[in-house]
This record gives sequence, structure tokens and C-alpha cells, in this order.
Amino acid sequence: MWTAVGQAFSMVFEPYTLMVMVFASLYGLFVGSVPGLTATMATALLVPVTFFMPPIPAVAAMVTATAMAIFSGDIPGCLLRIPGTPASAAYTDEAYAMTRKGQAEKALGAGLVFSAVGGLFGTVVLIVAAPALADFALNFSSFEYFWLVLLGLTCAVFISTGSPIKGLMMLCLGLLVACVGLGNPAGFPRFTFGNTEMSGGIGMIAMMIGMFAISEIIRYVVDTSPPAELVVEEVSGVLKGQWALAKKYPKQIMRGSVLGTAVGALPGAGADIAAWMSYAVSKKFSKEPEKFGTGHVEGIVESGSANNSALAGAWIPALVFGIPGDSITAIVIGVLYMKNMNPGPTLFTTNPQNIYAVFLLFIVANLIMIPLGILCIKVAKRILRVPREILMPMILLFCVVGTFAINNSVFQVGVMLANKFPVAPAILGVVLGGMLEENFITSMIKSNGDLMAFVSRPIALALAILTALVWFAPLLLRVLRKPAVPA
Amino acid sequence: MKINDAFWGVLLMALGAAVLLAVRGYPNIPGQPVGPALFPGLIALGLCAGGALLVWQGWRDRAHGPWLAWEDWVRSPKHARALAFLLGSVVFYILVSDALGFLITAVLMLMALFRSLQVAWGRSAFWAVVATLVVHFAFYKLLRVPLPWGILTPMAW
Repeated sequence: MWTAVGQAFSMVFEPYTLMVMVFASLYGLFVGSVPGLTATMATALLVPVTFFMPPIPAVAAMVTATAMAIFSGDIPGCLLRIPGTPASAAYTDEAYAMTRKGQAEKALGAGLVFSAVGGLFGTVVLIVAAPALADFALNFSSFEYFWLVLLGLTCAVFISTGSPIKGLMMLCLGLLVACVGLGNPAGFPRFTFGNTEMSGGIGMIAMMIGMFAISEIIRYVVDTSPPAELVVEEVSGVLKGQWALAKKYPKQIMRGSVLGTAVGALPGAGADIAAWMSYAVSKKFSKEPEKFGTGHVEGIVESGSANNSALAGAWIPALVFGIPGDSITAIVIGVLYMKNMNPGPTLFTTNPQNIYAVFLLFIVANLIMIPLGILCIKVAKRILRVPREILMPMILLFCVVGTFAINNSVFQVGVMLANKFPVAPAILGVVLGGMLEENFITSMIKSNGDLMAFVSRPIALALAILTALVWFAPLLLRVLRKPAVPA
Repeated sequence: MKINDAFWGVLLMALGAAVLLAVRGYPNIPGQPVGPALFPGLIALGLCAGGALLVWQGWRDRAHGPWLAWEDWVRSPKHARALAFLLGSVVFYILVSDALGFLITAVLMLMALFRSLQVAWGRSAFWAVVATLVVHFAFYKLLRVPLPWGILTPMAW
């Protein structure tokens, strides 16, 4: 094991990887702090670039960029009352109220410090839970995998979406897209309309860039709300008083981190839902709930740690089972496959150094977040003035070129019309469709078409019951759910 | 743009039916009870069922909302035009990039988009050229993506 850890250290602390991390940090901080550009978009835009990198720097770029973007989404929330990423939306009003009271540095500092703390907590859980889970998962057969994927997709439909039926329909569409081409257990060309470009299937990365990045550009272009005003001129001394906050709210930090990691690990629910839930929990159990909404830091401390811990939590099912915990890891899984780092329990036994390297990357990313974050807050005023009418067309050009760079063909850039149909289940359907079908068909062949075999192994049965519970207890979950923000 | 759910329900049911029709002819894996038709078939059944539910929901809610509600941007020619330019520019790129080459296509595409977003002529031209050169350098030189030269092939660098 220690040789693998040593290898991991040398892979992470080599100049090229470190350089990638610094650039990815600056990029992540920038994207997160520009309203309208989200952490998911940051990941999608990184795909064409990471395509040409070795595996570890590619993962490094994604881990650092997303961690930074989730933190820096707090900056415009605090200064402009516009969340930079959906994950900051839960406490934007609170942070803005603090700014109006002249406490902008305290709000931003709390966002930064407790983002790092939450991120590190999630990383510890990832380090402890993932290998243990992988060990356990080595005994899984196609029956268990079938239920696991189905459970993941079920969670995505019922937890994160406003309307379960629409979520389910988007999931079906995603699964249908995954059916296109030759990539099925029988190797039979399906839905190709005799077109050779379609037999390879619909390019997942192209579709993701289209769904995440281009849909955000469209949302910007048709946004009719007036531009927001910047209230503060200079923010400095953000670390002052944070230690006192940590001593005052240890329970809140812990609760936010635990909840965040757990929500992150659930497929389909990511940092944004973790933040909404944590903020609600914080208010509910606070000694001074009447102060919430008036510029009170407690909720920011709790949900700020929750959204960053969710990032690491989402990697647990992604690495162990290949089931993404949120839309960011859905993209990451695509990249891992391209890099021959196929997720699954065997990743932990055959190439443990890669896994240790991923853990290390998380730790380093969350540590360098503090100095770089301070830097970013200092220049926030300038970033917020970046003209988006110039930025957005450039991003579009980048998307178009990036999509074609990967496929090397002028095939298609999918564009979705926003009609309150949730996007996340569709993406998960595309990512997991192949896996679901393969395990389903393999199981059917093994059992000779006997459906009872799907519930005859104890773990498979347990997973089946769990899946059924999620299906038939949506009312219970609806009570817990907070208004979802489109991914 | 918000259209009544029933409309989407009908569309989804039609898609489900089309898929069911398409997979009818797929063969089974030899000697096995299953084949490539099973999985898409099940999804298609799901689409039909969900579509029917949406139709029912939309019909039930028909009194509460209009069948077709436009969002604010549709009434603002400025925003509608920007959206048209956005979608048009992607189509434009797909159609002409091979013939005109990346550099010309990208500059034209960016110029059109900047102008549709009310950026002044001078600034538009400046940023269109700069961004095109940067993207070209990053993808063509650093990442070695074969971006087309088109009519500029004789002077390719």
C-alpha cells in the first residue's frame, strides 16, 4: 500500500500536475464568481482540454476547478445578490443582508473557510468509505449492479426534481439516447437510421457540453432582468474572526458537512440541494432562528460547508460503482472512461495509486483554496465587472470548437429548450443507460428469463426493497425536499 | 416558452409508440429469451405511460393556465433576436466552417453575436479577432485539433 501512496505523491506533486492545478484553480474561481457560469459548466468546458492530458492532471483540473467554483459562487451572491453558482443560492439573501450591514468580509470569509473545512471533511469520508465500499462491492454480481444503477436513477428522479413524472420522462429520454448505436450486449445497430456516424452512439461529451454549457448561454441571452448594482468597493481582512466562528458553531459545521457529504453521495442530488437542505436544517435547530434572513452568519457557516462537502461525497458512488453522485461527477465519469480509469471496485485493487492520487488531489485543492480564495475576493470587484456580453459568445465558440475537437466531426451540438423539464436525470440516463442494460440483459441470460432471480440474493433483495421504497415513498421525500434549482 | 404538459405528453407517447414499432423487427440473441429489443421496449412503455400521465395532468390543469404561455423575452425583440443569432451562429459554423475555414467563420460568428448583444462595432471587431486567434492557438497549436483552414489553406501557418 505504501508504495502506491508514494507513487500517488509523486504523481500529484510533479510540476505539470501542480501547474494544471494552479490554472484550474484560477479558472474555477473565475467561472464560479461570474454569475451565470456554474461549476457544472466549468467542468463541461474543461472536457476538451483534459482530453489531451494524462489521467491524473485531467482529474486534478476537474477536482480543483469545481471546488473553487463552488466557493467563489458565494462572491457575487454576497456582493450583488446574484448567486454565482446554484450551490450558493440557498444563502445568497443572507450573505447580501450581511453585506448591507457592512459585514461583507465576515460573510465571504465564512464562505471561504468553511467551504475548505467542509471540503476536507467530505474528503476524509471519501478516503475512509470508498475503499471499504469497493471491498464490499467486489462480491457484487450483475443482479446487484442492476439494482444499484436502478436505485441511483430512481434517486435522481425523485429527490432532485420538482415533478417526478417529468424527471422520469427525462430519464427515459436519456436512456433511449444511450440505446443508440452498436454499444449494446447484442452488438445490434439500433436507431441508427442507416447513418454510420450514429452507429458509434451519440457523443456523450458533445451532448453534455450542449446541455450544460450552451443551455446556460441561452439562459443568459434571454434573461430580461435588469443588471445588478455592486454595493461595496473593497473587501479585506476576510480571515478575521473566523476562528471565533468555528469555536462558536462547531456543531453546525459538523452537521453541514455530514449532511452535505450524504446528499452529495446520493445520485442526482448535488451541492445545490445540499446547501438548501443544510440552510433549512440550520434554521430549524438554531437557538436564534428569528435572526435568519437578517444577515446572520450561522446559516452561511453550515450550508457553506455543506455544498463543498457534497462535491467530495459525490465522488464516492462515482469511483466505487461508476454511478455519478451529481451532474459534475456525471461528466467526470465520462472523462475517466476516456482516460482508461474505468470507475468500479477493481479500480481500487488494480491501480490503487490512481485512487490515492485522487484523494490527495482533493486535500491539496481544499487547502490551496484558502490563499487563492483570498486573492480572488481581493480582485472580486474587477471580475464582477467583466462584460458578460463579450464573455458569452466566446464561451459559445469554445463549446463549438471543443465539441468538434473530441468527435472530429461536424455531427451535432444538442440544445435543450427549457420548459421546467429537469436536465440531470437525462444526463444520468445517458451515462448509466449502457450499464443498466448490460447488467439487466446479463442477469436475464443468467437466470434464463426468470425475474425471481433478481431478488434471490440477499444484497440484491435489500437494494430492490430500497429502490421500491424510494418509488413508493415520494410523499415523504417531498416533505423533505427544498425547491430545486435547475442543474 | 411554457406549453401545457398535455402537449409534451402526446409527444412522448408518440415517441414511445415509434420506438415500439422500430424495435419490433429486432432479433433475439440466438438461444436466449432476450435481445436488443427488450430494453428500449421497456423504456418505450415507460414513455407511453408517463406521457399518458402528463396528458391527464395537463387536461386536469387546463383551467389554471393557458395552453401556451410566452416568457418575457419573446415580447422583447432584442432578446428574441439575440437567441436567434445564438442558435443561427451554431448552424452557420456547422455549415460553412469547412469551406470558409475556422478563422473567417469564427470571426464572423463572434461579430454577429457581439452585435446582437449590443456591443459597439469597434469592441466587437477587436474581441472577435482576439478571441478567434486565442482559440485557434489553443486548439490548433497546443491541442493539435485539425481546425479547418478553408479558403485560407494557401497561407496556413
